[in-house]
Amino acid sequence: MSARVLVGVKRVIDYAVKIRVKPDRTGVVTDGVKHSMNPFCEIAVEEAVKLKEKKLVKEVVAVSCGPQQVQETIRTALAMGADRGIHVEVSGKDYETLGPLQVSKILAALAKKEQADLIILGKQAIDDDCNQTGQMTAALLDWPQGTFASEVNIEADKLKVVREIDGGLETIKINLPAVVTADLRLNTPRYATLPNIMKAKKKKIANVKPADLGVDVSSRLEVLKVDEPPQRQAGVKVETVHDLVGKLKEAGRI
Amino acid sequence: MFPACRYSLQARRCVGALKAVQAEHVAPQVCSTRSSSSTLSRITTHYSVYPRDKDPRWEGVEMERFADEADVVIVGGGPAGLSAAIRLKQLASQHEKELRVCVVEKASQIGAHTLSGACLEPTALSELIPDWKERGAPLNTPVTEDKFSILTEKYRIPVPILPGLPMNNHGNYLVRLGHFVRWLGEQAEELGVELYPGYAASEVLFHEDGSVKGIATNDVGIAKDGSPKDVFERGMELHAKVTLFGEGCHGHLAKQLYKQFNLRGNCEPQTYAIGLKELWVIDEKKWCPGRTEHSVGWPLNRNTYGGSFLYHLNEGEPLVALGFVVGLDYTNPYLSPFREFQRWKHHPSIMSTLEGGNRIAYGARALNEGGFQSIPKLTFPGGMLIGCSPGFMNVPKIKGTHTAMKSGMLAAESAFSKITDENLQSETAGLYIPEYEEAFKKSWIWKELYSVRNIRPSFHNYFGLYGGMVYTGIFYWILRGKEPWTLKHNGLDADQLKPAKDCTPIEYPKPDGKISFDLLSSVALSGTNHDVPVAQNLAIYDVFLLHLEIETQSFSCVYEYVPLETGDGMRLQINAQNCVHCKTCDIKDPSQNINWVVPEGSGGPAYNGM
Repeated sequence: MSARVLVGVKRVIDYAVKIRVKPDRTGVVTDGVKHSMNPFCEIAVEEAVKLKEKKLVKEVVAVSCGPQQVQETIRTALAMGADRGIHVEVSGKDYETLGPLQVSKILAALAKKEQADLIILGKQAIDDDCNQTGQMTAALLDWPQGTFASEVNIEADKLKVVREIDGGLETIKINLPAVVTADLRLNTPRYATLPNIMKAKKKKIANVKPADLGVDVSSRLEVLKVDEPPQRQAGVKVETVHDLVGKLKEAGRI
Repeated sequence: MFPACRYSLQARRCVGALKAVQAEHVAPQVCSTRSSSSTLSRITTHYSVYPRDKDPRWEGVEMERFADEADVVIVGGGPAGLSAAIRLKQLASQHEKELRVCVVEKASQIGAHTLSGACLEPTALSELIPDWKERGAPLNTPVTEDKFSILTEKYRIPVPILPGLPMNNHGNYLVRLGHFVRWLGEQAEELGVELYPGYAASEVLFHEDGSVKGIATNDVGIAKDGSPKDVFERGMELHAKVTLFGEGCHGHLAKQLYKQFNLRGNCEPQTYAIGLKELWVIDEKKWCPGRTEHSVGWPLNRNTYGGSFLYHLNEGEPLVALGFVVGLDYTNPYLSPFREFQRWKHHPSIMSTLEGGNRIAYGARALNEGGFQSIPKLTFPGGMLIGCSPGFMNVPKIKGTHTAMKSGMLAAESAFSKITDENLQSETAGLYIPEYEEAFKKSWIWKELYSVRNIRPSFHNYFGLYGGMVYTGIFYWILRGKEPWTLKHNGLDADQLKPAKDCTPIEYPKPDGKISFDLLSSVALSGTNHDVPVAQNLAIYDVFLLHLEIETQSFSCVYEYVPLETGDGMRLQINAQNCVHCKTCDIKDPSQNINWVVPEGSGGPAYNGM
């Protein structure tokens, strides 16, 4: 198969870090904070590399949008087994307002340019929890989508995807080219070991600007303010149901 | 978090019963099945305690390691390691030679495991990178005000800092050391140093002639029970002509090297202190950037060495770095350095600064206090020790960064001349570089450490703190350490604890959630994580010898006595994923039963500019 897979990876604040709202309430402190690859993106990369190892696809290309630092994230993907990387340079104010719509436009343009046959993304990023990029990319390309994938198989030239849905598991068969978004149980990502990181340094990362792809990264959303969630109040214990009803009436709930 | 004293009686009964059963010494596996709790699984699964070649789960697993060669491998990406790397590359470009320098660092990014006050003396930095200011080194806060005081429960007695006293900070900078180390890492990368954060050196490799060959990084993909997972992969071997070990205070590889090469034969054992630190954003009206405050006294008694620091940083927002240091030679097992720190913050003079503020970071790290008397042999065939690992901290100044950096530079210079010497005939496969130790003895580090060598040991007298201060005043200030005698330390910190029955329990106030906090919420702020269930970084030899007040020896709630599911008695639970890598349990445990080993790389705290 001469298929080429495009994998999107996002550099996000590490899940274990306690985040802090910036004093000017415009966002979250990111300077110096530990960042790592979005866990769902790791699963996506792992799936792409597994497909390559099964010889079902020929090339895995890792893509990330952001400032200089995302190159580390692309290198991790290369160390996991991707063949080459594409760094779409977005920095400063543009990066702060970069959202799923712009990223899906970029991915769609790249998919056409690189003649990709499959795009695998994480189902959502742990910083914004949008869960939109995969779906929007598929729509822009007019490709079928297999989201929340917990199993992916290539059969003939169709894709069989088992999706995790509210009611259980749904199995669908979609045509290639397609967009797949990875859910937690798709696989267990491998570690990016040191020898692979060293080899990854020799793999190419191409630099591209959104303008080169004909994409306008300006945002149609304006963040008004960012606040911490309200402090959790202590609960109140009541002795009888009567008391409970009384308290609820007091609080105006019933 | 329960005070250790409340449960010690029950825990003691539990262990007492077990000890009666365990009449003679038995192998650890048998012990675990004889325990009073049927749920007590092995307290450690590390391969240094349960070797893999006897473990059936490891049969047939590929154990071959990929190996690579470099000229110099540096373990530890802290001030010492990075200074050595930078110096090596500077010399290489100066002499137009090619040199491959690799730095391995267990933190996920350079600076993420760095914790210090810190008040930096820029002497070593100016020697290493004279144009540090133009290059944007984050030394943004020159010291403008310097205060030293003795605290009592309610009052503050100011002590004048006369010029010449070690606490005088004129000319120094208050820095966020994590950011400084990150900047050093950037300088190193610019010069072509290969930095590998997220990869811990877990093993020292030896040539057949016994010299150091290099290091191996940790294996990945091991389950909590010690068996290999599907994603198991062996670590990598990095071979070098010479390996520099800059693991920081009480490094675990250095611990092995001391034994292997008998490096501590002619010096006193190292003594330590634990440093706890928090970062606070305070009310702007109370913020005086450049103000440096140190205190001794309350809440510690005069026989427990320790004190506090409070630095007002000038980094944009009104930030203060404050912390508490307690010497680990404390004798009372009921003493909890963490709670002393929280209690200290309630002192009126400190509370006035913190009121209305917000805590944004917490961390802890051991630091060495042995000074001159505890310096081991620094060089052995194939390797050298640099930085806080052998320990060059100037204790009264509480500064060790400048000496660490200088030691890295000296090691680099001596290594460079040996490596690039084309006519070199080395007796051992790994280079032996005694020139490092000679250069060290001629350097200003040696002179500095020699002059303050008697200050810390002078605290071991009946008057404790006050005797020490008198000694410092007389002998250091007047004589500058030229007195002909050298006082000794008291021995290993681990031997200092007195039995609980001989000591008075300390009643600590409950944390109020605004100024003082409990341990669990503090751990959350350190951003610590190890991939659960993979945390494997405590290899404990014999669980029954773990002493009871061990709960106080972790500054991140690693050791916990939890009630048994059956209801009667307690069992020890080890939450290794909370570990902030401070190394205190390894240092202080009286039976020296705990061996801290590296977890899978990139686990641990995620400090940001601590």
